[in-house]
Amino acid sequence: MGRLLSFFINKNDVSRYPGFGIITLLFFLFLYLPIMVIIAFSFNENKIVSVWNGFSTKWYTSAINNQTLVDSLQVSLTVAFISTFIATVIAVSAALALTRGDDIKNKNFSIMVVNLPLMLPEIVFAVAILILFSLLGVQNGMLKLILAHTCFCIPFAFLPIRARLQGMNNNLEHASQDLYATPWVTFRRITLPLIMPGVFAGGMLSFVISMDDFITSNIVSGGGATTLPVYIFSLVKQGVSPELNAISTLIMVASLLIATPALYFATKK
Amino acid sequence: MTKAVQIKGVSKKYGSYQAIKKVSFDIHDNEFFTLLGPSGCGKTTLLRMIAGFETPTTGNIILHGQNIENLPANKRRVNTVFQNYALFPHMNLEENIGFGLEMLGWKKDKRECRVNEMLKLVHMEQFAKRFPSELSGGQQQRIALARALAPEPEVLLLDEPLSALDLKLRQAMREELQDLQRQTGITFIFVTHDQEEALAMSDRICVLAHGEIQHLDSPINIYENPTNRFVADFIGDTNFLDVNVTGSNVHATSIETPLGINIDVPASGVKVGQDAVMSLRPEKISINKSVDGVSLPGRVMHRTYMGGYTHYTIQLSSGADLRVSMRNNISNNINYDLNEAVTLGFSPASVRVLGE
Repeated sequence: MGRLLSFFINKNDVSRYPGFGIITLLFFLFLYLPIMVIIAFSFNENKIVSVWNGFSTKWYTSAINNQTLVDSLQVSLTVAFISTFIATVIAVSAALALTRGDDIKNKNFSIMVVNLPLMLPEIVFAVAILILFSLLGVQNGMLKLILAHTCFCIPFAFLPIRARLQGMNNNLEHASQDLYATPWVTFRRITLPLIMPGVFAGGMLSFVISMDDFITSNIVSGGGATTLPVYIFSLVKQGVSPELNAISTLIMVASLLIATPALYFATKK
Repeated sequence: MTKAVQIKGVSKKYGSYQAIKKVSFDIHDNEFFTLLGPSGCGKTTLLRMIAGFETPTTGNIILHGQNIENLPANKRRVNTVFQNYALFPHMNLEENIGFGLEMLGWKKDKRECRVNEMLKLVHMEQFAKRFPSELSGGQQQRIALARALAPEPEVLLLDEPLSALDLKLRQAMREELQDLQRQTGITFIFVTHDQEEALAMSDRICVLAHGEIQHLDSPINIYENPTNRFVADFIGDTNFLDVNVTGSNVHATSIETPLGINIDVPASGVKVGQDAVMSLRPEKISINKSVDGVSLPGRVMHRTYMGGYTHYTIQLSSGADLRVSMRNNISNNINYDLNEAVTLGFSPASVRVLGE
């Protein structure tokens, strides 16, 4: 009986289908081949990108010595750090109010409003914020970038934090208050440590989204601040150079270094 | 007797739903007091109002003479043992038990001393550095108790703390809870829907239903002299029969029963002509032995063997069914067969007449 059952289960096991191995291989090639090509050609000596000439790290040297590139990276990192911090603080407050507040009116409507930027086409958001800035007379490029990035990062930070709070028994907070802890101490000693994986995941997501953003950054840039993606795009317009391959590879390594611990914490119980 | 907690005209409304309808009662110092009732009766709402997690819509809650209904939970000298224990998962047992003491500003060495004392009290000394997830349900229960008792609260609130444990452990914990209450001398307010638990542990029981007090008295009085049909039905097992009240005075109530006999039973306050039922507990009925001249012929319709007891359903020749419970002890191990003709006896003194 057991053997018969396992025969049926194995028959339905997708890995037993003919061609499973080949399809899997093709799938991964499709996903990663372009990336592997970039990494390989970033070490190409030849100035013509698609012709292999010999191994060299000179494009890395030239990328690191490119002052405009380093400046734009600095802008991107500054904007990402500050807007991630502000967005995460706002997201934690919103998530606390919307999961723990008993007397909040229009709770579902509020949740929708917080999440709305996720569904809005980014170009609409970018144009809208550009008009708003010119109406308000905001001139400073850095300030514009930070405000805009904070704005679209909030829902990305909000979602994992809210999920974590919903999964946490609110009796723990009651128990803390019952044991004479003030609301602030309860937040610091009980709630925050327990939702930390969610906060961390939300923050990482915001950071990556901010670093990666092109449309909004391109539209609101000016006023003396250019982010890395905007700068790279201007390079591409001049034609693909091997330096670009080196920059891309460096960004990829940095992203992996950030994303791996983020994934680890997000999946940790 | 000093009063630990006074509930004065407390009511609670959630929107249009009235969870508690103006209740008033006192809980004495050093008392094991139980709030008992079916789910939705308002017992947990009452407990949460005493703890400070809900504010009463009207009325006052007084803790040792001080009005507390508007104090936040962290300013009330009461501690709670939660239904699912609510131990802090990121702290070890020592830190869990010491948390309340730390919040009260106890010095570290004094705190450690008290934590060890509490661990010893609940027989968990060797587990100090463990985390809650490494404990069984019963052990978590003990730590939750230790954590709530450590700051020496004026009143300990227990919200169905035994409901997540298996039967054997639950029975053992009943005795432990009683012992703890006697050792510490702290007033316990215990919430449960389990009538057996309430009868076993409490000094006094308050039976609640639909947000109202049905009966507040000692376990014996609640079981033997319930105030109404709900209480008689909810606590233990009983036979209800519709009766006609033919006479009523301060000494006795005369009733006409569907058993084919008219009897005088203890005074009930039910007036002549009022709708009434008689309640007769299954263990107060004997088989094949006439009591106080009562001997009613009938037939065994159903038999359920329960180990220590056997439950019978007897159909009397008058047409009424009575459930009878017989203890299987040394002198009484006779079993009656299905359809066997038997006679039932009971003392009219053990019949209670209750208004609807």
